[in-house]
Amino acid sequence: MRTQALLSSTTFRLVILYLVLFAGSALALLSFIYWHSAGFMARQTDQTLAAEIKGLEEQYSRFGIRRLAEVIAERSRNSSQSLYLLASPNLRPIAGNISEWPDVSPRDGVWIDFTLTRETVNGAIEREARGREFRVQDRYGQVIARLLVARDIYERRRIEERILSALGWSVLITVALGLVGGVTVSRNIMRRLELMTETSQAVMQGNLARRVPISGGGDEIDQLGQNLNAMLEQIETLMAAMRQVTDNIAHDLRSPLNRLRTRIEVTLMREGSQEEYRRVLEETITEADNLIATFNALLSIAKIESGTSSQKMVLLDPAEIVQDIADLYEPLCEEKNQSLLCRVEPHLQIRANRELLSQALSNLLDNAIKYAGKGSSIMISLNAGHDGQTVELVVEDDGPGIDKDHLERVKNRFVRLETSRTQHGSGLGLSLVEAIARLHQAHFDLQVPESGKGLRALLTFETAL
Amino acid sequence: MRILIVEDDQEAASFLRKGLSESGHVVDHAKDGMDGLHLAESSDYDVLIVDRMLPRLDGLTMVEQLRGNGNETPVLFLSALGEVDDRVMGLRAGGDDYLTKPFAFSELLARLEALLRRKAPGQVQTRLQVDDLEMDLLQRTVKRADQMIELQPREFLLLEYLMRHAGQVVTRTMLLENVWEYHFDPQTNVIDVHISRLRAKIDRDFQSPLLHTVRGAGYMIRADTSAS
Repeated sequence: MRTQALLSSTTFRLVILYLVLFAGSALALLSFIYWHSAGFMARQTDQTLAAEIKGLEEQYSRFGIRRLAEVIAERSRNSSQSLYLLASPNLRPIAGNISEWPDVSPRDGVWIDFTLTRETVNGAIEREARGREFRVQDRYGQVIARLLVARDIYERRRIEERILSALGWSVLITVALGLVGGVTVSRNIMRRLELMTETSQAVMQGNLARRVPISGGGDEIDQLGQNLNAMLEQIETLMAAMRQVTDNIAHDLRSPLNRLRTRIEVTLMREGSQEEYRRVLEETITEADNLIATFNALLSIAKIESGTSSQKMVLLDPAEIVQDIADLYEPLCEEKNQSLLCRVEPHLQIRANRELLSQALSNLLDNAIKYAGKGSSIMISLNAGHDGQTVELVVEDDGPGIDKDHLERVKNRFVRLETSRTQHGSGLGLSLVEAIARLHQAHFDLQVPESGKGLRALLTFETAL
Repeated sequence: MRILIVEDDQEAASFLRKGLSESGHVVDHAKDGMDGLHLAESSDYDVLIVDRMLPRLDGLTMVEQLRGNGNETPVLFLSALGEVDDRVMGLRAGGDDYLTKPFAFSELLARLEALLRRKAPGQVQTRLQVDDLEMDLLQRTVKRADQMIELQPREFLLLEYLMRHAGQVVTRTMLLENVWEYHFDPQTNVIDVHISRLRAKIDRDFQSPLLHTVRGAGYMIRADTSAS
């Protein structure tokens, strides 16, 4: 099974392909070396022989056959590598160190390879030789003798064999090393890929917390692993958010639904007057409206948080949005005897969605008006941050504020502090602001103002250029 | 008025039918897009209520085909898809208004009313009048019984919208969408305060009130003909 997988793996196939190419080029290279070394030696031998034959030919033409036989006899005695045989036209030996004419058809001027038996101290041995025949002719063109000049090429052959076997081995070793290396590499890569497959299977089976192990080398597989992990992270976050939404729906929609149902049930249990029925139905509608509002808010938060919201972001000057929302709420403040101060720095620019930003600001202002109480003062300010890189949007009131320990908690869904239970609201306002802030890559912070009194909601956006 | 409801949810359709009949309208019902298209083309309706997700032919395509055939009957889309994008798609397909489910019946009624009135090809109006309240749209002035009334720009827009729909119920959501161009629901009902402010300017110093609150629905501006 594993071998099967190994053989069919892409990496292994690549390894084989490279191996073939590599061995091929090594073979070509080594052939070239062989041709240059062994071939060179062979050519050298042939040249030397040719030169010697030429020399002997000269000896003959100057001093005659007798002199030639003397020279041959002398050279035969002093040399072990050079081989000579001067024979009569019917191939009877006259002089030289080859005992008899080799078993090849005699042809003038043609290279011949032959074997001969030589007497050495170790006895008779078969040797290879290469040589050329020279026909000694008298001045009438009559062949009077035949001369064979050859070289014992035993040594050369051995060297050639050595080179050849060395070349053969190196090709073999190259292939073997490549194969072992390739298998090791592909095994290694396959094992890492197997780990990824294993992780993804675990994830598919519902274990979202599993992550691909990263070797730390920072190579491509690690990068892929990191990307997969980031993806899994995102999926896990989304799933968690989803679960939270369902939990919240269960929590905050179930109880009012239950209330609604009980109210109707109890009313139906006994005969009531027309007016009573009417009143209960009206209350039911109000309750249903609240349910719808909560449901809508939950949906908006979920949509904004999943990042799939199709809301378009554009470059805009937030001053206009702030001014519009302030105008919308100004009469409400006046009615509650609250003062609304709006300090807006013009010509700032951020990337935002008008509708969502308006909604976030509206929620913050709504909260301030609701919880700061009658006679308090509320301030909205919009200004560039100290470093010029940010835009700060602040809604601040001097009401009772929130206890320091609860500042972070109130941003969570459905958290409504005991003190505010009497007020109407879903408890989703600040979570919506938080979600909108996150979508805008803005920072949402709740603080106690410097005066130590009231609540300060701060949205920090990045300046868009 | 003759109204065609194109809605595949039988129960929802029968509630709508009942409610609209009780409000004095004649109502037909088609249960899918094909039937709807057929009915809308074969008889003359004053307004169509079209659900977006329908069997056989979806609401958007149905309205697109209707418009392609030159039928200009006002269309109000009903949909469970309430994103701004869905709304834009609906309006682009040829819808005249868009209402997200679940909705209050009073909201639907008010919006239908607004659509029905709009059907009359509006010649460019430069003056609006309700009883002795006059609005000059060119000079941007408001007079009641020949007395000038100073209005803030947003108050002017608010009054203009109300006067353009004089005699019709205008809901808070309609005002928020058309006067302020917001499509979200502010937690507190800020519109009421704006209305009472406007009311203080146009009604307080005069005998008969023009700006009325319609309980459970919204507001209406009309000449106070009877004492009711």
